[in-house]
Amino acid sequence: MQKSNVDIRSLQIGFGGLKVLENLNLHVETSEFLVLLGPSGCGKSTLLNAIAGLIEVRGGEIQIGGRDVTWAEPKDRGIAMVFQSYALYPRMSVRRNMSFGLTVAGTPRDEIERRVGEAAQMLRLTSLLDRRPSELSGGQRQRVAIGRALVRHAGVYLFDEPLSNLDAQLRAELRVEIKRLHARLGATMIYVTHDQIEALTLADRIAVMQGGVIQQLDTPKKIYREPVNRFVASFVGSPAMNFIPGRLARGSEIAFIAGVNRVSLNGYAFRSQPTDAPAVLGIRPEHIELTAANDPSSVSARIEMVEPMGADTLIWCRLADGTAFSFRHDADAQVRVGDTLTVCFPADALSLFDETSGQRL
Amino acid sequence: MRLSLNSRLSTISALLPALLVMLVVYIGATSWTVWMSLTNSRMLPNNNFVGLRQYELLLGNDRWITSVHNIVIYGVLFVSLALLVGFLLAVAIDQRVRAEDTIRSIYLYPYSMSFVVTGLVWQWLLNPTLGIQHVLRSWGFEGATFDWIVRPETAIYCLVIAGVWQASGLVMAIMLAGLRGVDEEIWKAARVDGLPKWRVYVSIIIPMMGASFATAAVLLSTAVVRLYDLSVAMTNGGPGIASEVPAKFVMDHLFERANIGLATAAATTMLITVIAVVAPYLYWRARKGEVR
Ligand SMILES: Nc1ncnc2c1ncn2[C@@H]1O[C@H](COP(=O)(O)OP(=O)(O)OP(=O)(O)O)[C@@H](O)[C@H]1O
Ligand SMILES: [Mg+2]
Repeated sequence: MQKSNVDIRSLQIGFGGLKVLENLNLHVETSEFLVLLGPSGCGKSTLLNAIAGLIEVRGGEIQIGGRDVTWAEPKDRGIAMVFQSYALYPRMSVRRNMSFGLTVAGTPRDEIERRVGEAAQMLRLTSLLDRRPSELSGGQRQRVAIGRALVRHAGVYLFDEPLSNLDAQLRAELRVEIKRLHARLGATMIYVTHDQIEALTLADRIAVMQGGVIQQLDTPKKIYREPVNRFVASFVGSPAMNFIPGRLARGSEIAFIAGVNRVSLNGYAFRSQPTDAPAVLGIRPEHIELTAANDPSSVSARIEMVEPMGADTLIWCRLADGTAFSFRHDADAQVRVGDTLTVCFPADALSLFDETSGQRL
Repeated sequence: MRLSLNSRLSTISALLPALLVMLVVYIGATSWTVWMSLTNSRMLPNNNFVGLRQYELLLGNDRWITSVHNIVIYGVLFVSLALLVGFLLAVAIDQRVRAEDTIRSIYLYPYSMSFVVTGLVWQWLLNPTLGIQHVLRSWGFEGATFDWIVRPETAIYCLVIAGVWQASGLVMAIMLAGLRGVDEEIWKAARVDGLPKWRVYVSIIIPMMGASFATAAVLLSTAVVRLYDLSVAMTNGGPGIASEVPAKFVMDHLFERANIGLATAAATTMLITVIAVVAPYLYWRARKGEVR
C-alpha cells in the first residue's frame, strides 16, 4: 500500500445534541508522525475514529492519499489501527490474530505467511506465534496488536492510546519500539495520547487539543518553547510551567513588573506591538537561572521546599508578593529551606500571555 | 488459614441446616429410591430383595424403551434448537434496535409461563381441527396440513416446538448478557480488518462466549431430564405411547399403576445416566480450574 497523507476539512462530529468536533481542519503529511495530545474527553479518539471510518461524520471531508474517503468503509481506507485495550481476538493464536483479516480478504497464503513472519520478526513475536493472547504479558499483547496492524501494509497507521494500559517501564520500551518502527517503515502515523512525554518523544508534529479544537499544531520543540496560549503552556511540560501575574511596562526598555520585581524583556520576540497592560509571565522550571544579587534584573525568593529528583533537584520558592514558582537546579545544589536566593528569568526563554484572553503576546 | 474454635463452631452451626437437608432429603431419599428398585414393592413399599429383577422388566418394557428413545430425540433437538434460536434472538436484539426493552420482555414472557399453560396453548395451536392447520385452510390454503400432534411418529417433535418456544427467551437473556460483555474495540478492530458481521460472530464472538453457552446448556439439560408436565398437558403421552417420557413413566408407575419397584428402577436408571453425563464434565471443569 502506498504511503498516504491525510487531509481533514471542516470536520463536524456530534453525538445527539453534543457537538464534539466543529469545523476541524488538519493536514498530515506523508510519512509524518503526528500526535494528538489533549486532556481526557477533548475529542482525540473521536477524531481518530472518524479518520478510521468507525463513526459517522456530520459534515466536512476526509481525504486519505488524495482520495475522498468520508463515506468509505474502514477496510477500504488504506488504514490500520491499534487500540488501547489491544482488542485482540481472544480465542485465536497470535498468528491467527495477525492473519485473520488477510485470510478473510482472500490474500494468497504465501503472501500472508510472508507478512506475518516479517511483522513477527520486527516486533520480536516469532517465538510467541502459537500462543493465545491470554498467555501473553500486556506488552506482548500490545505488540501483537501492532503486528496485526502492520500486516495490513496500510498507508496510514492510527494508534489510540496504545500504551496507556502498560506500566511505566514497558511504556518507555514500547515507545522506543514504535519510534524505531516509524523510522523503518516511513509510514504515516497518527497517534493519540494524553501523555506529554510520549507526545514530545515520538512526534514530528503535535496537535494539542482542548474542547474539540486544535489549539496548536507544531513541532514538539515549538510547542514546548513557544506555546500559543496558556492552555498549551500549562498542559505540556513536567514539572509544569510557572505562571507569574503582573503587567507590562514600557519605559526606556520594555519590562515585566510583578510587585517589587522587574524583569527585563529585552530580547523577547513579541508577536505584536506590546502595550502597557496586565499580563502573565510563563517560565519553565529549567529556564530559571541562579544569579548574583546585584544583577539589576534579578528576583529574590525564599525557598519553601526542595524535591530531589535524581538527575536534578526541583526547588520551590515564593516571591515577596506571594507568588510561588519552582525551578530546576543541579542535584548537588547546596540549598536549604528558608534560605533566600536570587534568580533571573532570561527573556529569550519566557512566554508572555495576555491576562484575559490567555493568548501569547 | 487457621480459624479459631469459636468461628469454626459458628461456621458449622450456620451450615448445619443446609447440611441436614442435604443428608436427609437428597442422600436419604436417593438411597431409599435405589433400595426400593431392588425390591418387589408394588403399591406399598416393602423390603423383599429381588436383585436386578425390576431392571430386567424395565428393559423389556415397550413404554420405557419408547420413553428413552423420545427423551434422546427431545434432548438433542431441544437443547440445540433452543441454543440456536436464543442466540439468534440475542444477536437480533444486539443490533441496537429500537424498543429493545419491550422486545426483550416479550421474548422472556413464555419463560414465565408454567409448562402446563405452555402445553395447553400449543396443544390448541397444533390441533388440526382448531389451530394452525384450521386457520390456514380457512384462509384458502386447502391443502395445508399440520397434523404432527396426532401422528405417533411426529408427536414428540411437537413437544420440542413447545419446549423451544418456552426456553428461547431465557437463552436469549443469557446470550445477550454475553454479547454485551464483548469489548467494543473488538468490533472496531474487526471492522478495520474488514470482517463481515456474520464472520465476526462465528469466528470471534461465539468462541468467546463459551461460558454463556455452557450456562444455557446446563439449564436446558436439567429441563430435559425433568420433562414431564409438557408431555402431560400437550399429548398425555399419546397418541398411544408415542410421546411418553421417562419422568412421566416414573410418575405413572409410582402413583397410577402402583408399581413402586419398577418406578424406582426407572428413576435410578435416570439418575445413573445423568451422573454418567455430568461426572466427566465436572471432572473436566475441576481440571481446568487447577490448570488456571
Ligand atoms: N458514543 C458516544 N456517545 C456520546 N458521546 C460520546 C460518545 N463517544 C464520545 N463521546 C463524547 O465525546 C467527547 C470526546 O470523547 P473522546 O472519546 O473523543 O475523548 P478523548 O479525547 O479520546 O478522551 P480520552 O483521553 O479519555 O480517551 C466526550 O465528551 C465524550 O463524552
Ligand atoms: Mg480516547
